[in-house]
Amino acid sequence: MDNSGSSTTPGSHLGAPLVELEGVNKHFGDLHVLQEIELTVRRGEVLVVIGPSGSGKSTLCRAINRLETIDEGEIRIDGEPLPAEGRDLARLRADVGMVFQAFNLFAHKTVLDNVTLGPRKVRKLSKSDAETEALELLDRVGVKNQAAKFPAQLSGGQQQRVAIARSLAMHPKVMLFDEPTSALDPEMINEVLDSMVRLAQEGMTMIVVTHEMGFARKAADRVVFMADGQIVEQDTPEEFFTNPKSDRAKDFLSKILAH
Amino acid sequence: MQEYLDIVREYDVLGAFWVNIQLAFWAALFSLVLGSILALFRISPIPSLQWAGSAYVTVFRNMPLTIIMVFMVLGAWGQLEFSLATDFDTNFFWLAVVGLTIYHAAFVCEAIRSGVNTVPVGQAEAARSIGLPFVAAARLVILPQAFRGAIAPLGNVLIALIKNTTVAAAASVATETSSVMRTMIEFRPDYIYAIFFTFAIGYVILVTPVGLLSTSLSRKLAVAR
Repeated sequence: MDNSGSSTTPGSHLGAPLVELEGVNKHFGDLHVLQEIELTVRRGEVLVVIGPSGSGKSTLCRAINRLETIDEGEIRIDGEPLPAEGRDLARLRADVGMVFQAFNLFAHKTVLDNVTLGPRKVRKLSKSDAETEALELLDRVGVKNQAAKFPAQLSGGQQQRVAIARSLAMHPKVMLFDEPTSALDPEMINEVLDSMVRLAQEGMTMIVVTHEMGFARKAADRVVFMADGQIVEQDTPEEFFTNPKSDRAKDFLSKILAH
Repeated sequence: MQEYLDIVREYDVLGAFWVNIQLAFWAALFSLVLGSILALFRISPIPSLQWAGSAYVTVFRNMPLTIIMVFMVLGAWGQLEFSLATDFDTNFFWLAVVGLTIYHAAFVCEAIRSGVNTVPVGQAEAARSIGLPFVAAARLVILPQAFRGAIAPLGNVLIALIKNTTVAAAASVATETSSVMRTMIEFRPDYIYAIFFTFAIGYVILVTPVGLLSTSLSRKLAVAR
């Protein structure tokens, strides 16, 4: 448990460091997209990453399971440095759930097969065990009745909830959400956010790139504000949204809260 | 009409077509396997495999089939004593199958690669993010979708392959259609038109369903996104 402050400190439910980034740098050609990123996410923490487009927040999220490589620095998951390639990397990715903006459900497989593929092929579960658990997970996110359908037959919100179930089926240590509601029609955003809030309440460690202030206020322990490849500011959601310190953050918040 | 009946009675035309069908069947099967492996090489993250895959395609796609077939018989078998059966005809048949396979695998590879390009990159990312290693991700997620996106181009390769089996004549397969046709013209020049149309129409009948089938399959099996 946390021992850096009194029990009334927000975040006192948090455990040991789970995801650590140290001096992380990445370039896309001339663009320095991640600049000297230092970030520690502790077990059970829900971290929301926010910032203008092009600020590097998606790249940061994708770097954590090495869908993007980094040029410099170190990323550790549960104390283990990210392996470069091959089996070790695959094993580590199995422990890091990822939910994408575009859902990325396997288009040629049914909803149920989407959720059972990882448990069966990576965790080596039997078909019946994997299916039993998959149906439970689909039930938890409210799409159990869609299990036999193909992804293209589902709405965006349903697809994203299946994607969450697919990640959960691997029993990840941490889950990454890369703008999970940005591709959704407005009326479907809440059903996905509700699933995420419930997950946060259950103690899942989450790193969420999103612009959903409501989610951040309701579920986040900490908000990290990024701009131009740097972490500009980080604070509790309440403090960040009501009393941003940096000009960049003030400017950004004024733009998205103006309406 | 009588002419057609005469030549079919006098020569084993159906048997000749059957030889080409068998050549096409085996070469299609083997080139599908070899072509898939080459496609895997080309999309793999390992530079030396990528290089090997593209080198193969560059060499064999740009080489005339006749050159390969003649080499199979006069070079590989005649000089290097590479043999696939003790029986002469069987040996030539399988040498022709090998030649056809080597050549068409390059085209199968490119057809599958075009199918791979129909699979959005997010599918591979999702497969990797649940911890599937490269080969498993390819086998379970990418290739099944790629094949379905590659049915139409693969159909075109199969059509070319069926017609190219006649080049087996260059590999001394004497019982296939173009060799039989040559013999027939030699001995029955009076039936020249009947002979030509028998084989020409025979191939049209043989190949047309392949095109129709691949078009309808590619529509029916298209991955809904």
